[in-house]
Amino acid sequence: MDIFVQQLINGLVLGSIYALVALGYTMVYGILELINFAHGEVTMIGAMVALAAIGLIMGAAPELPGLVIVLGGVLVAIPACMLLGFSIERLAYRPLRRAPRLAPLITAIGISIVLQNVAMLVWGRQYIAFPPLLPQGRHEILGAHITDLQIFIVLLSVAIMLGLWFTVRKTRLGRAMRATAQSREVAELMGVNVNTVISATFLIGSALAAIAGVMVSAYYGLAHYYMGFMLGLKAFSAAVLGGIGNIAGAMLGGFLLGVVEALGAGYIGDLTGGFLGSHYQDVFAFFVLILVLVFRPSGLLGERVAARA
Amino acid sequence: MSLLEVRDLRIHYGGIEAVRGVDLAVEEGELVCLIGANGAGKTSTLKGVLGLVAHSGAVRYAGHPLKGLATHAIAARGVALVPEGRGVFARLTVAENLDMGAYSRRDRAGVRADLDHVYNLFPRLFERRAQTAGTLSGGEQQMLAIGRALMSRPRLLLLDEPSMGLAPLMVQKIYETIQAVSREGVTLLLVEQNANLALRVSSRGYVMESGAITLSGPSQELAADPQVRAAYLGE
Repeated sequence: MDIFVQQLINGLVLGSIYALVALGYTMVYGILELINFAHGEVTMIGAMVALAAIGLIMGAAPELPGLVIVLGGVLVAIPACMLLGFSIERLAYRPLRRAPRLAPLITAIGISIVLQNVAMLVWGRQYIAFPPLLPQGRHEILGAHITDLQIFIVLLSVAIMLGLWFTVRKTRLGRAMRATAQSREVAELMGVNVNTVISATFLIGSALAAIAGVMVSAYYGLAHYYMGFMLGLKAFSAAVLGGIGNIAGAMLGGFLLGVVEALGAGYIGDLTGGFLGSHYQDVFAFFVLILVLVFRPSGLLGERVAARA
Repeated sequence: MSLLEVRDLRIHYGGIEAVRGVDLAVEEGELVCLIGANGAGKTSTLKGVLGLVAHSGAVRYAGHPLKGLATHAIAARGVALVPEGRGVFARLTVAENLDMGAYSRRDRAGVRADLDHVYNLFPRLFERRAQTAGTLSGGEQQMLAIGRALMSRPRLLLLDEPSMGLAPLMVQKIYETIQAVSREGVTLLLVEQNANLALRVSSRGYVMESGAITLSGPSQELAADPQVRAAYLGE
């Protein structure tokens, strides 16, 4: 029982990070029908830039409280990632807007590889440790442990998602985004500058990615130039699980995938008599992805494809 | 000076020339129709005016060339299009669709008044304001598309096949509305396959065939023209 609760907690924490990244995939897909495979790398850059900034702040003002230093890192990472996401769209995707759909997809994979290599050149191949700046408190609930950081990650993620939900549902920009997702041409006829809306979508998604990147590196205590690849694939799986293009779906899919993965990792040893260990946890995300693609390709909250035509 | 003036408009899709040098003009306050068979290039002409397709030739609106302006900028200058097939945002509510119509406007009080006006014109839309547009019938969607266009308080309203696929009673309702909008002073260019209907409500008309204007004149004369009668009025 305590394993169950513990893994449920771990899964929700991981899931809230997946959800933040999945939102970036799903928002871009909703509007451009493009899978922005470089999005995982934007998350990685977020972590790397934040760590670099944290290092600088620690060197310049070591007397500052740890939380403030990390916050400083996040505040540098967010605009850096926004600029990166904005530039990727402008330079790599916009010129291909009228090209066959495979072209931007391949470009996205190319950008992803370029970003990995740039990160490797700048920050090296080694793992970079996340300095122990954050509160390390542990609490016990129902026989399981939850740390201050875990609580903080979940609360901040939920707050960001509520903010995003409100933006999309209730604001002028959100309405323009939803209209653009349904028909770029008709949205233009309404006076919507679709290019601005697309840029805004990349800016928002990249800001979320920056935050998620810092969260994941703080949570695991390290960052690496290759970390965005697996995180991106899992977040993409989460977006597909929830129904790609659907914002609530990305949130639901993120949490579900995190929980499935954590429970899977917790029980796989028992289930296979010790043959497979918890390092097989990555299998679950893709197992779920395959099941979804076979049995409900439109995802949990996605509409059937015919309804969109 | 005409409100809308189109000179030598040409539109290519790949190797096919869909619009081959169209000239037309719409004066302020007029209701002009553009009739012709399916595939004659009527919709392409409207798309050219709004900059939705690449084209050559000159389009002037209120004396200013529209060349080089993006569609959203043309829309913000007071040109609204009710597209063929209505183009409502199916997953937005009726109220949100109408809000989208007023997207470029900042005068909140005026928008509020126009919303009341649209709901008065189409009480059905008021009843269904919280429903998503995808759940509406075809006729209701056409009302919504027209209402949405009116929310921009257009100076020039382009209508593309507003009667298409609608029951006769609904067609009548839509056409009564079009005439009411015209009486309010909005300039209208009406594209229709249903020539009979279009010639009855309009003051002038253009006949389009294979990408070019073949006939034009007062609607009454066009309706009496033996060629038009044979080709478009089913006689």
